Amino acid sequence: MANMIIEFSKYAIIIFMAFYTLECFTVFKYATEEERNGIYIRQNVLMFLIHFVSFAVLCLETKNSMLIIFYALQQITLFATIALYRVIYPKANRLIINNMCLLLTVSFIILTRLSYDRSVKQFKIVVVSTALTMFIPYLVKKIKVISKFSWIYALAGIGALGIVMILGQVTNGSKISFTVGGYTFQPSEFVKILFVLAIAGMLAKSTDLLHIFITACVAGAHVLILVCSKDLGSALIFFIVYFVMIYVATKNPLYLLLGLAGGTGASVVAYRLFSHVRVRVQAWKDPLGTIEDAGFQIAQSLFAIGTGGWFGMGLEQGAPNKIPVVEADFVFAAVSEELGGVFGACLILVCVSCFVMFMNISMKLKDDFYKLIAVGLAVMYAFQVFLTIGGVTKFIPLTGVTLPLVSYGGTSVLTTLIMFAIIQGLYILRMDDHVRKTKKGKQSRRE
Amino acid sequence: MFGRRKRESKAEENSEKPGKRTKAQAKGNREIANITYIFVALFIVMIGYLMYFIAVDSSSVINNSYNSRQELLAKKVVRGRIYSADRQILAETIVNADKTETRNYPFGTLFAHVVGFSTHGKTGIESIENFNLLTSNAFVTERLQNTISEEKNIGDNVITTLDPALQKAAGEAMGVYRGAVVVMDPETGKILAMVSKPDFDPNTVDANWESVTADTETGALVNRATQGLYPGGSTFKIVTALAYLREHMADYGQYEYLCNGHFEKDGQVINCYHGISHGQVDLKQSFADSCNSSFANISTQLNKKKFQDTCNELLFNQELSLNFSCKQSYVPINTNSDLEEVMQTAIGQGKTQITPMHMAMITSAIAKDGVLMKPYLVERIENYNQDVIKEYKPDTYGRLMTAEEAEILQTFMKEVVQSGTGTKLKGLAYEAAGKTGSAEYTTDKSESHAWFTGYGQMGTKSIVVTIVVEGAGSGGEYAVPMAKRIFDQYFGQNGL
Repeated sequence: MANMIIEFSKYAIIIFMAFYTLECFTVFKYATEEERNGIYIRQNVLMFLIHFVSFAVLCLETKNSMLIIFYALQQITLFATIALYRVIYPKANRLIINNMCLLLTVSFIILTRLSYDRSVKQFKIVVVSTALTMFIPYLVKKIKVISKFSWIYALAGIGALGIVMILGQVTNGSKISFTVGGYTFQPSEFVKILFVLAIAGMLAKSTDLLHIFITACVAGAHVLILVCSKDLGSALIFFIVYFVMIYVATKNPLYLLLGLAGGTGASVVAYRLFSHVRVRVQAWKDPLGTIEDAGFQIAQSLFAIGTGGWFGMGLEQGAPNKIPVVEADFVFAAVSEELGGVFGACLILVCVSCFVMFMNISMKLKDDFYKLIAVGLAVMYAFQVFLTIGGVTKFIPLTGVTLPLVSYGGTSVLTTLIMFAIIQGLYILRMDDHVRKTKKGKQSRRE
Repeated sequence: MFGRRKRESKAEENSEKPGKRTKAQAKGNREIANITYIFVALFIVMIGYLMYFIAVDSSSVINNSYNSRQELLAKKVVRGRIYSADRQILAETIVNADKTETRNYPFGTLFAHVVGFSTHGKTGIESIENFNLLTSNAFVTERLQNTISEEKNIGDNVITTLDPALQKAAGEAMGVYRGAVVVMDPETGKILAMVSKPDFDPNTVDANWESVTADTETGALVNRATQGLYPGGSTFKIVTALAYLREHMADYGQYEYLCNGHFEKDGQVINCYHGISHGQVDLKQSFADSCNSSFANISTQLNKKKFQDTCNELLFNQELSLNFSCKQSYVPINTNSDLEEVMQTAIGQGKTQITPMHMAMITSAIAKDGVLMKPYLVERIENYNQDVIKEYKPDTYGRLMTAEEAEILQTFMKEVVQSGTGTKLKGLAYEAAGKTGSAEYTTDKSESHAWFTGYGQMGTKSIVVTIVVEGAGSGGEYAVPMAKRIFDQYFGQNGL
């Protein structure tokens, strides 16, 4: 009987996820949030079902009764997040809220599957982070002067990265973190946001050559420090985000080409200069041939995804813990192995839907500064998703970045929640603008 | 109220001023849209790649022996059977009354290496096809029923290219000798037989593991056909002859050498087998009689770079891209090789090492006018109801030499049978061609491995046979009669 439940639940989870994903895109057919109301409610129900069925299976398989309490707490957190946003920010974009909660749900499920202890630790961080970031949309609305501090953001970012470069610990060949009181921080995560704010502020002021030169120096400093810390994944993200922002600000496609050419050149230099880049490229080209050392991680990841196939092995049925750092950089492989390739593809599409919504919001913003922030954060998010999933599926060489919101890692989840909240704030700002305008229009007509 | 109105109108003014900007912003949105399209396209390609990986590439990846997930499958599936080409069972799992499982190998020692075993680690086809054997493609409703009743599903069956009658002939021909036999079809690349001696019984290998592995000197577990590296001896003259042909395509017919039993240059001496003088020989006769002196003479005229290139084109010094593991063959020739190295290499002595499988591949390419078909062992995967799940079609490995070069080598190899060291294959119902070898492997040159590699043809049928017999003596005396038994079996069964 238990076998049957597990087998059926596998397909049920995939079907729920597929419908959820479908709704993510039908949203774009409707212009107003009112019309989308039905979709959002259906999404919430599907999300709840995925969460419930998964934890039912986990309970059944592990016979750990603590999971029931853990599940209840997660459910309360998710419900509270959705409800609080409805109450505090009635104009918030609900697709973003839903996707954020769905990604967290997937994270809860897979991390609990991988390691109960770590999942509990991560859950605490998620609760605190969600609570903290709840204020951000309000702050975005109130503090209008944030564009004036671009130099402070830039210097703080460079400073933070510099300190890590000098004092940080080496993990997997990169200096990216330091530990304070048992908690490990990755400052480069926070610096991502500061970086977008800094560049957006500078470019919003002016896009003449001088300003572009200044931003190039700022961006270059960030990237160089990251390269010296051997955190090439982050360096690449900053690089891409910078060129996209320049392109949008100047409307000159030459910058995009320049970025592409520069990126290619830099990759070749990095390949020649750093042995660990060469190792990664080698592992990407032939993971099975180098399975004894460099290719081990990717080979294990491919085994996981391949063995899982379209419909997955089922929760607790696979062996995702064979993959090194599975809960962080390789979380997608674990998801794909146990929940299936179809689920994995849906997960990617949910991320895409977030990205498209972010870009949609940025298009509707009037203020250059806000617009650039939204574009910067959106691209930062999308490119990181692309790097991590592309890396674990052997689509591109592995760069070792996390899957936002899903991977284990406190700094990563907090940063991503801040990013989501900032965009949410910008969206609410624009909605207020919009409402005020229409009100005014009516008023003047009456007069 | 008034104050608010004022503020609003001020805001109006502010937004009035950059009135032109509104237009510009709409333009800025086009850039944002472009970026959106680029990223969405990137993601769609990535999803497409992921799907392609799961649908196509993954099956070969997950079959890797490092994939420990295969063990998980064994809990849910009864391991499938391995069949010969004519549907005789080579391996099957018997479920006992108490639900324990026994892996049974009806042919005992005969297919020990090529089929392998799955009872103490995994080897051979049991290892290569492990994933397929542990995957059930039984009918969906049946699998569902099994899931509900908590019964195991029945795994898929592997149908090999192996021919038990040929395998038996090859095994019996080897008798008590150590060595290896590879029999393949040059037209398709199908491996029809693969024997390695000494062997072991896969039925008891787990129980007798200590004693089987204790004897490291005999190495009964090693599949010598793919893992055994032997000096090629005179069979390597095929390579040397090809290298010479490539430099003398127009005038190789004019080559002449007077053999008096040994060749000497700069203090280096090469002797003919047992010091026999072959007299006046041309290239074909040097090949047919396996004249070491003449080939040593030829080697001194070869361009080392071109010799090296020919070796590499014949797949030496590289990993063979096959579906089963095969050791890499080695030739030491490079532009810095000294005279001794060149002369020794040309006659297949020195540091040169080759696997019987690789030798069979070179022979196969010659038999098929220069084109090598990729050797393979598994023809198809079926579910237990015999519905085909996956089929492996013949596939070209590549062209190793031109058709013209292959034809010349064919006439040389036929001459070996007509007048040279392989006359025991002369005047039969089928036409045989080949090259013998006696590869010395002790420093005092007292003992040698007997080699034969060649092919037989009758009508449209042809097979390649490669044999190495350890420490037996001369190829012509020991290996050729063994090849004859295999040819007889194959052509007798297929033609007469």
